[in-house]
Amino acid sequence: MMNTKVIDLKDALWLLLLAVLALLPLVPFVSGSFFGMHVLILVLLFASMAQAWNIIGGYCGQVSFGHSVFFGIGAYGAGMAVVTYGGLPWGGILAGMVLAAVVAVIISYPCFKLTGHYFAIATFAIVEIFNRAFLVWEWVGGALGLDYPVIEEGLANLMWYETKEGYYYCALGLFVIVFGIVRWLESHRFGYYMRAVREGQETAESLGVNSTAVKLGAMAISAALAALCGSFFVQYNLRVDPPMVMSLDMSMKFVLVTILGGSGTLAGPLLGAAVLIPLQEYTRAFWGGLGGGVDLMIFGVLIIVIVIKEPAGIIGILAGIGKSLARRGGTAQGGA
Amino acid sequence: MALLEVREVTKKFGQLVANDRISFSVEEGSIVGLIGPNGAGKTTLFNCISGLFKPEGGQVVFDGKDITGEPPYRIARMGAVRTFQVVRPLKDMSVLENVLVGAFLRTSDRGEALTRAEECLRLCNLTAYRDRMAGDLPIGGKKRLEMARALATGPRLLMLDEVMAGLNTTELKAALDVILRLRDSGITLMVVEHVMEGIMPIADKVVVLDGGTKIAEDIPARIVRDERVIEAYLGAKYGRRLKNGTQGGSRD
Repeated sequence: MMNTKVIDLKDALWLLLLAVLALLPLVPFVSGSFFGMHVLILVLLFASMAQAWNIIGGYCGQVSFGHSVFFGIGAYGAGMAVVTYGGLPWGGILAGMVLAAVVAVIISYPCFKLTGHYFAIATFAIVEIFNRAFLVWEWVGGALGLDYPVIEEGLANLMWYETKEGYYYCALGLFVIVFGIVRWLESHRFGYYMRAVREGQETAESLGVNSTAVKLGAMAISAALAALCGSFFVQYNLRVDPPMVMSLDMSMKFVLVTILGGSGTLAGPLLGAAVLIPLQEYTRAFWGGLGGGVDLMIFGVLIIVIVIKEPAGIIGILAGIGKSLARRGGTAQGGA
Repeated sequence: MALLEVREVTKKFGQLVANDRISFSVEEGSIVGLIGPNGAGKTTLFNCISGLFKPEGGQVVFDGKDITGEPPYRIARMGAVRTFQVVRPLKDMSVLENVLVGAFLRTSDRGEALTRAEECLRLCNLTAYRDRMAGDLPIGGKKRLEMARALATGPRLLMLDEVMAGLNTTELKAALDVILRLRDSGITLMVVEHVMEGIMPIADKVVVLDGGTKIAEDIPARIVRDERVIEAYLGAKYGRRLKNGTQGGSRD
């Protein structure tokens, strides 16, 4: 009767993982390495971004290449609150999330009339439109972007200069929020409805599911969380311009990290980020001078291998290993 | 009052008239069979009633409300729920999860939905498959899953599209038992069948379609002796021979 419990063994493992992540900076070996901390922060950030995308792309089955737009709106929300209006980022973060959700719904409504690949293609165009618009829009800083002023560090301003611990715990907080929301959705009606829409829209409708409302709802939540990730991103980099956030490159990362890890699963985005992000950062650190393409090449190769060998992603590989171990364990017991 | 009224419903696909001014009613608490040879327009009519198709003419009235052209989810929420002839399991979800999707229509509480889903699984003999992926079920199981899922929505009118096709005698009997039990629990049923034997013993009324038009609407006992029905199923020549045969039999 595992299915009937709301908290099960898997949740216990997640809580254990969170405890380990929370204690990690206390280990001097980890916190002593500036670069190591940087990679950890990015893993948590990209896992959260991928998880946000996973809501609409994985659970609901609507592949969106437009998520860098929502990410960017979040980044600009926080950025403008601090740079343009000289305030704290918090109001901007909230405004960015709401705005991203609204924009997502407005954009998606006509796009959801298109099914399958056409929806994905339509979302491509949106990134380009926003990118160009933000490049020439004076109010948001245009092509120059926004550069953060040097102000007091700390949680209120959400910025730190000397150490990475503050950012790390914020990233962990972000991770907990996004993963927590998806875990909650998974076990509630909306989660089942999202998956039903993915598996068969007409079937879901025949059972009383308003598939348009479910898709729009999933898109709104997904976009708001992507914006939240974007606002963390800008606070971490202390600057933002349109190519940094609203680009197809960035959109692809939302998609690739999730698919590599295993879309439509809670653990997938974390697994994907845990593999891809260190790879990206370390290859950049090694070959950075030769041009930034190496990490993307490795991304590409990995994706090709995954798509051919195990479309279910890393989580599919792990499940396969788990199954064969269980089988071997079973036969061993049977033999004894 | 009739729970469902179909009034002059017409559905065309280009030049083909799949449903030509079809009218009949389904009384609350009854079992109505909808039969006819392949291509008679049974599934098309089902699609018109359940909202998947918008008919070109006519009206569908459910519980006194005109539901013609309403989206399927709204019709399902009102309590008219259908199954699909070509089974449509939500493949990457377990059998239980499939049924849960249906059960969530009447409650947002997971525990309540689970209780309801388990009950429907038991009723449709699916408890043993509960944690299997729906895509991996054998065809008989998938047919029962269609029914369990629709049942979990707590329908007032359950429209079953050929759930009995391809079942062996034992399975057929079990399926008929389930349908009777549902009727006794207050659910009105409309059952599409290609094979007459399935539905005849339990139906209160049978509607026969052929070539897109309604050719008969009567109690089963009279339907099996209806000339036009026999002709539709067996052809005119055989129909005459059979008619003569029965007449000869009845004189004895």
